[in-house]
Amino acid sequence: MIKLGVNGKEVTLDLDPETPLLWALRDELRLTGTKFGCGVAQCGACTVMLDGMPRRSCVTPIGSIDGSEVTTIEGMEGPEIEAVQAAWAALDVPQCGWCQSGQVMSATALLQLVSNPTDEDIDNAMNGNVCRCATYVRIRQAIHDAAKTLEG
Amino acid sequence: MRIMLAAALAAFVSPAAAQVLRGPGDFSGIADQTERSVALFEEMGKVLTHPRCLNCHPVNGGPTQGDDMQPHEPPVVRGVADFGAPGMNCATCHSAENVEFVGSPGSIPGHEPWALAPLSMGWVGLSLGEICAQIKDPERNGGKDLEALHEHNAEDGLVGWGWEPGEGRTPAPGSQELFGELTRAWIDTGSACPS
Ligand code: FES
Ligand code: FES
Repeated sequence: MIKLGVNGKEVTLDLDPETPLLWALRDELRLTGTKFGCGVAQCGACTVMLDGMPRRSCVTPIGSIDGSEVTTIEGMEGPEIEAVQAAWAALDVPQCGWCQSGQVMSATALLQLVSNPTDEDIDNAMNGNVCRCATYVRIRQAIHDAAKTLEG
Repeated sequence: MRIMLAAALAAFVSPAAAQVLRGPGDFSGIADQTERSVALFEEMGKVLTHPRCLNCHPVNGGPTQGDDMQPHEPPVVRGVADFGAPGMNCATCHSAENVEFVGSPGSIPGHEPWALAPLSMGWVGLSLGEICAQIKDPERNGGKDLEALHEHNAEDGLVGWGWEPGEGRTPAPGSQELFGELTRAWIDTGSACPS
């Protein structure tokens, strides 16, 4: 039995400890906002917060994070996610949308760590989030816009 | 013809594969102590210049990966703490252990801690003589004297990962124990460097 905090609630998972967190979130807990893209840490679609830091859930066995706090796109709160959501909506960032919850998670993590990121900061933090619709230019602009909103 | 074929095949075998690490005893026939010390270091060099070690001892920005030392994918930077960029550091993907992929062959490597060697310990592209001088220099090796260096080679967990690299990666030659013994013998013979 593995215990996790997921979006503020304690959950107990009766699954093989090798099960990737992504599988547990989507198939067991039905939190399908977190996406499967590659399963091999190459695309970022599965990004969640693990104890407050971004983490690729497809390569995170649940047995290795017993007792940790997981936040998915459904459970994100705070000024950074609000600013990111608003900027994303204003610029119509998504195309097909598949990669976008991962993009939003990484962008929010970046803004939590660096309040006014440069283009280089953005590229370095977002390089692991692939978008097959190539929305990269809007993503970058939306992060700058969100940073401005946060500055107040 | 057979020789040509063997040479052609050898050219295709990755340098990571099929290396044997000899032990200190194999060098006892070298009478001159300094020569023996150099030979011992050259043997250690098989480990030091193996992709498992080189990939995270770069001389510039980020790491390389795989037995063919490709640029790291996704692209990553060294970062101020040799641990990647804010928002995507090593721990975004790498955890405390190697994790086998589910549904695909291979694995993502991991260990606690997992980070690049500092820039002062980068040695991709350096000669063995240069690596030797660097590895002995406390200014560049993190303040280690020779005893601490032996302990690092013989005991350090992240060094040891080189022999337990997970599915899809060739381990460093020999074993950490043997690498430690070679380091001990090299120190005991005067820790001489190849020229
Ligand atoms: S699904 Fe996890 S990085 Fe692609
Ligand atoms: S919006 Fe389609 S993959 Fe990014």
